[in-house]
Amino acid sequence: MNKMNPSGTNDARFWPQGTVYGALLNFQQEWNLRAPQMTEAPYKGAPQAPVLFIKTANTYTASGVCIAIPDGVAEVDIGANLAWVMGADAKPVGCVLVNDVSIPHESYYRPPVKYKCIDGFLGVGAKACPIAQVNTDAVVLTVKVNGKEVQRVNYADTVRKSQTLLSDISEFMTFQEGDVLLLGSDCLPDGKRPRAKVGDVVEISADGFDTLVNTFVGGAA
Amino acid sequence: MKHARIAWAGAIHEAVESDGELLLTRSPWAGQRLKFDEVVWLPPLAPVPQARTVLALGLNYADHAKELAFKAPEEPLVFVKGEASLIGHKAITRRPQGVTYMHYECELAVVIGRTAKNVKKEDAYDHVGGYTVANDYAIRDYLENWYRPNFRVKNRDTCTPIGPWLVDAKDIHDQYGSPQNLSLQTTVNGKVTQSGHTRDMIFDVPTLIEYFSAFMTLQPGDLILTGTPDGVVNCNVGDVIVTRIEGVGDLINTLGE
Repeated sequence: MNKMNPSGTNDARFWPQGTVYGALLNFQQEWNLRAPQMTEAPYKGAPQAPVLFIKTANTYTASGVCIAIPDGVAEVDIGANLAWVMGADAKPVGCVLVNDVSIPHESYYRPPVKYKCIDGFLGVGAKACPIAQVNTDAVVLTVKVNGKEVQRVNYADTVRKSQTLLSDISEFMTFQEGDVLLLGSDCLPDGKRPRAKVGDVVEISADGFDTLVNTFVGGAA
Repeated sequence: MKHARIAWAGAIHEAVESDGELLLTRSPWAGQRLKFDEVVWLPPLAPVPQARTVLALGLNYADHAKELAFKAPEEPLVFVKGEASLIGHKAITRRPQGVTYMHYECELAVVIGRTAKNVKKEDAYDHVGGYTVANDYAIRDYLENWYRPNFRVKNRDTCTPIGPWLVDAKDIHDQYGSPQNLSLQTTVNGKVTQSGHTRDMIFDVPTLIEYFSAFMTLQPGDLILTGTPDGVVNCNVGDVIVTRIEGVGDLINTLGE
């Protein structure tokens, strides 16, 4: 069965069928900015294995649907990602754009559940592109807030190129059919990510992909 | 009632415990009785329509927090696991060659029974479907201080045995008053290595459900692994590890290459 498009029709929406994993610190710029602190407490050394997190199912939000920012949170990080959709043999079969929304957090010491697993905090592109149509490590994402470009993310600038990332993760876990792997989000030159606040419209686009659009609203308790 | 999910006679079945045997409950085998050693035990969890959320607690017993030289956390230390790391009762967990410290963690697992969003402590038990036993193995050789405990330690294939039974929440609440009144024990090759009690949890089950459901909606079938007490030791290939929780079950696992 085609997990990207179970109905077999061309206009079916993509929706994650399995577990959504993400890779932290996979852009050279962010790695370099943080390198001076990596040897210090609490990290006491640069990460050896890929640093991963999970976006739980309560976070999935379709393109075009609003994402609620919790009360008391002024802004959220926009984590523009290219993601792989995995097939039955733990190899990628498709690519999709996602927005890994987070409450900004400086420390990468403890798992980021309360920052990343909030209801609605993963914008999911409407369609997945077949992997054969995508040169993953050359994809460039454009991030716009209210129509104004705020970031370009070039997958040529990753620490682990996509196949290396997959291979290093596969050393200890096997992707299941339908799982999704976020290949990384970059920061800006100041080390922060682009931010969104209530009322902002965030678009993530790339050549050959349907643009992912989500409007941020308030009122989440 | 104690529910199991098993493979037998070429198919997967729902079963319940009955007089020391498994009783199949659905057509075409409804009424069929099986011995425990006649079947393959699967995680006692019905399939869910979206990715199952598996939350796991670190340092949730005062004594274990002390043992690991950390001060007790002021809020739950939680990490997330993928469902693919789960395996059933009487299965084999792989111990990588060359590692020096791989240990079990006997944990009470809460299975959500009803959608939980903004649930208050006093209503939390209404959202619990049942309880089971999880053995949340860790390989400390791979521990890194990045989103710690990192996935190479905690999200490994075969490294989260769970089962054998999903025990109805009502049974535990009726018999023991709450899930905070259960003894835990682990044996390695028959020798007791870990003893504890769920009353010593830093954040009890209602507190955890209130904490998580305040920002993430939990769905039926989602899991909360509530952490492990003092007494983890290294285990080697061939060791038989039994994680036991009073009233819930004895989960048997063997380490393999």
